[in-house]
Amino acid sequence: MKPEDLASLADKQRAINAACKHRIGVCTESGCVSSQSDQIAAKFNELVKSRGLQKDVRVVGVGCMGLCGNGPMVKIDDGAPMYQNVTPEHCAAILDGLDSPLGNPQLRHLLCDLNQPFFRRQKLVVRSNSGLIDPEDINDCIAHGAYESLLKVLTELSPTDVINQITLSGLRGRGGAGFPTGLKWSTVAKAGGPSKFVICNGDEGDPGAFMDRSVMEGDPHRVIEGMAIAAYAVGADHGVIYVRAEYPLAVKRLTRAINQAMRHELLGNSLFGTRFNFNIEIRLGAGAFVCGEETALIASVEGNRGVPRPRPPYPANSGLYGCPTLINNVETYATIAPIIREGAAWFAAIGTAKSKGTKIFALTGAVQNTGLIEVPMGISLRDIVFDLGGGVPAGRTFKAIQTGGPSGGCICGQNLDIPLDYESLAAIGSIMGSGGMIVMDDTSNMVDVARFFMEFCMSESCGKCVPCRVGTWQIHHLLDRIYKGHGAPEDLVLLKELCEMVKATSLCGLGQSAPNPVLSTLRNFESDYLALIEKGRADREAALSGPHDSGTTVPLEVIS
Amino acid sequence: MNGGKHATAESITLTIDQNAISCRNGLSVLEAAREHGIDIPTLCWLEGLTLWGGCRLCMVEIEGSPRLFAACATQCTEGMVIHTQSPRLHRYRRTIVEMLLAERNHVCSVCVSNGHCELQAMAQRLGVDHVHLPYRFPRLSVDNSHDFFRLDHNRCILCTRCVRVCAEIEGAHTKDVKGRGIQAAIIHDLDQPWVESQTCTSCGKCVNVCPTGALTHRGTAIGEMIKKHEFLPYLKLMREVHQ
Repeated sequence: MKPEDLASLADKQRAINAACKHRIGVCTESGCVSSQSDQIAAKFNELVKSRGLQKDVRVVGVGCMGLCGNGPMVKIDDGAPMYQNVTPEHCAAILDGLDSPLGNPQLRHLLCDLNQPFFRRQKLVVRSNSGLIDPEDINDCIAHGAYESLLKVLTELSPTDVINQITLSGLRGRGGAGFPTGLKWSTVAKAGGPSKFVICNGDEGDPGAFMDRSVMEGDPHRVIEGMAIAAYAVGADHGVIYVRAEYPLAVKRLTRAINQAMRHELLGNSLFGTRFNFNIEIRLGAGAFVCGEETALIASVEGNRGVPRPRPPYPANSGLYGCPTLINNVETYATIAPIIREGAAWFAAIGTAKSKGTKIFALTGAVQNTGLIEVPMGISLRDIVFDLGGGVPAGRTFKAIQTGGPSGGCICGQNLDIPLDYESLAAIGSIMGSGGMIVMDDTSNMVDVARFFMEFCMSESCGKCVPCRVGTWQIHHLLDRIYKGHGAPEDLVLLKELCEMVKATSLCGLGQSAPNPVLSTLRNFESDYLALIEKGRADREAALSGPHDSGTTVPLEVIS
Repeated sequence: MNGGKHATAESITLTIDQNAISCRNGLSVLEAAREHGIDIPTLCWLEGLTLWGGCRLCMVEIEGSPRLFAACATQCTEGMVIHTQSPRLHRYRRTIVEMLLAERNHVCSVCVSNGHCELQAMAQRLGVDHVHLPYRFPRLSVDNSHDFFRLDHNRCILCTRCVRVCAEIEGAHTKDVKGRGIQAAIIHDLDQPWVESQTCTSCGKCVNVCPTGALTHRGTAIGEMIKKHEFLPYLKLMREVHQ
């Protein structure tokens, strides 16, 4: 593709879009598809055909609109009105109300309030096109600005300029650890070698997290564009997207997007007539959480067993096949194009002093509004839970919020007012993580929560290092014992000791952070542990002192 | 780091346990310490094999960082101040050995390697007189199919020395690891009985590098399995010839 072709292609598609009076956007991401949004799209198409509206109404499958708990979502034109909890039976009525800007009055109960804090308080940077564009149609994406940043980078900026822009923007890795992205890029750019790689880490495996899936399904071209810009900046010509096989729709959309981009010569050799070549291939992960760790991911891409290795050497110097390799998370790559388009200063103005920009969170659990939110860094957890999330359902009280998945911690009510950034979360024993947020109400027992996450870490441990392989089993065993009422007060001492040791001595991030849910619940909710231990003791005492026949034996719990 | 492969003629100075020492640049902390008679405990590391970093016994403290570092995987730098002994490190090392003892069925009194076992020696050295963690007592099998050798999963600590020696020195890559986490286990070829392995050359290197009684010669009785330790110093040389 020549540089001028991009603008003309965008104009052409915009004209096609404008010629159509109405556009019905049906969410076709995994969440809504699981509640039959594909049938809704089919029904719309059928009705449009039977009513002869093909010229005026276009039905498009779009990406996530955020409020996944109320799916399937249907969006008319560029956002208003928006319907929630739609079923195929509602399609006819929605079509009837197409010309009214407020939607069909008969479907008032389905209308989604776009002025509620859930939408109002979000700041869409990464997800700005999600829900608007058809992720399966590259022309529609180009009409909404896809690949403009890549064109700008290739024709106007030097690799050093790009890295400077990213450094100035203050962007930090969205995979969890928050390493400054600009610094990572410049390290890879400085590393020598005939060949370099960029890898996109789409092995999102935290329970309750689906941010990366949504980005890959809802706007795959943005990820590809971000990778291409990164490759140009660091001097790589080959990219790998590592996606877990449990995301078949994301894989399908990415594959399609890559094929379309290659056909449009937005991937391949001599992009936009420059000397920059870039190709992307997709590698599927076979469902191992540990493969989200960068060295394990590289081993997996190379076809080896997905186990981490000691660092250094860091992948920036010796990564895939021993070549300098840049690994970033899906969301990080998806943030690149907006930064290039709007400028580093614009991005740096969002967020806090040390954590810039916005972050996507998957808000789940005991809140009214569950779904994806993209909020500026520095917003308080209280605002997220009680304002955007609408608070816990009636009749229940808030107990804790778990951030960062199995590597994160449980935050109690007292800490809800801290600003949401990498440092503040770390200070209270949790992590930003990739962005999972699970809200828990007073029905959740924190020992059970800790046990759940430890079971996850135990079964996802690769088994390479002893503290993680055996330590997670031992900690899970202790938690299980306490939860079942067989625990003793001294078990808590052993639990703390084991957690501290696993944290300090494990080889990779999985083991080092696996004790976080236990440590944070021990710190904030020790009463839950003590209550279970005390209840178990009282039950045993009652069983021993209670009346029993002399001929029968006292039932003794077998401690296992 | 791999047997001083990256070491250069240039020398650097550093401090290990208050001893000022000089070593060739590029050595790992573990190698530098051992060169100077400071023995940092290890179970998975073996001179001549690639770095594994799995046993975590060689964790040391380096001044200026709150973290611990695996001595086998940390390269010496000029002016580094390293502590290989501290109450905290000792506590962690003990717990690691206790974890290994509790993980599988290590019953020294009936083991062919009793008295010649690196795990047993490590437990004695670290003063592990009892295990304060719950034992798992898993049901594990013994592969007794091979004509000369025996693999007893009950005594395996998954150090993967056998896997590495088989792949890197012998070049057969018969052995590997299956499963993950606590379910991980050593396998032959595609998880077949050892005797059915098409790739095993019956060289016996795996048996001689195994630190415990997991890999032994058949027909040995309790305490009789003495690994040929004179074989170990040649590993590095063999590896270099092999390359």
